[in-house]
Amino acid sequence: MADPQSVICCQQLSKQYPGGILAVDRLDLSVFPGEVFGLLGPNGAGKTTTAGMLTTRVIPTGGRALVAGIDVVAHPAMAKQLIGVVPQTNTLDRSLTVRENLYFHGLFFGMGTKRARAAADYLLEQFRLADRANMPVAALSGGMAQRLMAARAIMHGPSVLFLDEPTAGLDPQSRIALWDILGELRDRGPTIFLSTHNMEEADQHCDRVAIMDRGRILAMNTPRALKASVGADTVVIVTTAGDATGLAQHLEQGVTGAMRSQMVGGKIHLHVGGVSGVLPQVVAIADDQGITVTDLSVVEPSLETVFINLTGRELRD
Amino acid sequence: MDELDTHAGRTEARVAPSPPRSSARASWTAFKALLLRDLVVLRKTLNIFIPRTVLQPFLLVFVFLYVFPKIGESVGGGGRAEAQFAAVLVAGVVGLSIMFQGIQAVALPMVQEFGYTKEIEDRVLAPLPVWTVAVGKVVAGAIQGLIAAAIVFPIAAVVHVPQVSLSLTVHWAVLLTMLPLASIMCAALGLTFGTRFETRQVPILFGVIILPMTFLGDTYYAWTALAPVKVLGWSWLQTIVLFNPLIYVTEGFRAALTGSTHMPLYVIYPVMVAFCALFLWTGINGFRHRVLT
Repeated sequence: MADPQSVICCQQLSKQYPGGILAVDRLDLSVFPGEVFGLLGPNGAGKTTTAGMLTTRVIPTGGRALVAGIDVVAHPAMAKQLIGVVPQTNTLDRSLTVRENLYFHGLFFGMGTKRARAAADYLLEQFRLADRANMPVAALSGGMAQRLMAARAIMHGPSVLFLDEPTAGLDPQSRIALWDILGELRDRGPTIFLSTHNMEEADQHCDRVAIMDRGRILAMNTPRALKASVGADTVVIVTTAGDATGLAQHLEQGVTGAMRSQMVGGKIHLHVGGVSGVLPQVVAIADDQGITVTDLSVVEPSLETVFINLTGRELRD
Repeated sequence: MDELDTHAGRTEARVAPSPPRSSARASWTAFKALLLRDLVVLRKTLNIFIPRTVLQPFLLVFVFLYVFPKIGESVGGGGRAEAQFAAVLVAGVVGLSIMFQGIQAVALPMVQEFGYTKEIEDRVLAPLPVWTVAVGKVVAGAIQGLIAAAIVFPIAAVVHVPQVSLSLTVHWAVLLTMLPLASIMCAALGLTFGTRFETRQVPILFGVIILPMTFLGDTYYAWTALAPVKVLGWSWLQTIVLFNPLIYVTEGFRAALTGSTHMPLYVIYPVMVAFCALFLWTGINGFRHRVLT
């Protein structure tokens, strides 16, 4: 059951779209003050709908959602004062300059003109956009636009910052730059609610992660605990042109420390406790069976492994 | 950002969320800021606003009241009838300009913001109820309608050949009520169109809706003059155009600016108020429908 003292609290929160698609199915969730909370799942899992409900843009069809104790459905105007949103798509005001985007955001949220101007200039400096202050937002690159949206989202001092796939569509460099900034932000107080299908992002930046699929939360814990729940030290991924199912059985029996195997997207995922000497054993067993191994890799259990364990599918499918 | 202060030689922002203000207070502040944003955008785009506002009315009066008399094509007959036509046209042109502001200042930007840019999201997240964002659009559109009327009227009243003697009779009480009423109605109509049409449907909006509205919107003739257009004794055109909201705007300005016959005011006012309510209702509902799921 969700804890009503939390900053974000969902109780049996549901959304069924017209046409019958149940995007979010009786979600219970608590996020605590100062936490960086990640909602991890593939596209279509219901993450954006969940974030949409918490940020008042999607009307739930069941349950309750509270942000900082305020019911977002009953008092949206009140709740909106307490949240900041970095959306998935560029929603900057194209009729305004870079600085004006921040300045008017400040005014929308009740800042005086002087304070809004000072805050806009300060944030432009901090987000390394000062040299573009008077340009139209159309002149910004994807990474810069995302930084500006992050600056806009925190400008009014929200209690909760929602990041909806904030780095989707960004090049690796911009991605790192954005996370540098978000990393600084988290030290300053707001609770961060991140929805992402990027497991590295969730793993690196979140205090707790909820794994979501088909509108339900399947597991929720710290990334470390989630990964530990897999129980294996190593995952060996074997690609073969031959009888994969047969080979998987032999590997499960023959490899020292093998715990279980799964077929994921036509590849064998073999979970092994212990690390050393695994690969030679895999190659030897395949040779014995006369099966050619075309690719072989060893990875540590990741949140992806957790997701596969829970759903039998890969995160990106 | 709760406060900015200087700390260790550089400005440091401290994020400390203040308790939320009441919904009403936050909404009012945000509403004013939204209006200010729209007016700032208007100021920045005056170079587009002025030609788009001025050109159509100018061309209308130029062709009908300058070129036609010059080339001997008098509309409405010569002499006194021509002067009357001029007055009819000036009133019609003012009404038409306000209507076009509703389309150009509200509908078209909204189609765009809902379409590929999605930038309306940002304002929907401002701390005010969603319907007030829509109302803000109508108010900003109505202000632009008023500005348009103020620019167009002098032009329409001045551009004509010297032989055409324009006799305007201003009924101030009617004019000062008609201006805001027409502006709000047309902006609300713009909101309705803006929330109902997709980007790719804009040509349909212009070709199939706006075009007949303007041609059958009483701009070039008075509604009362349509009575002789009859089939089997029924003034069919005069009846059909009653569904056109622009009729009441142009007739209203005719009542406000000329001494010529016009539709009775006791019809014009209630119908315009009813259209206002209808378009606001459909527009706000359409807006809510588009931004909330």
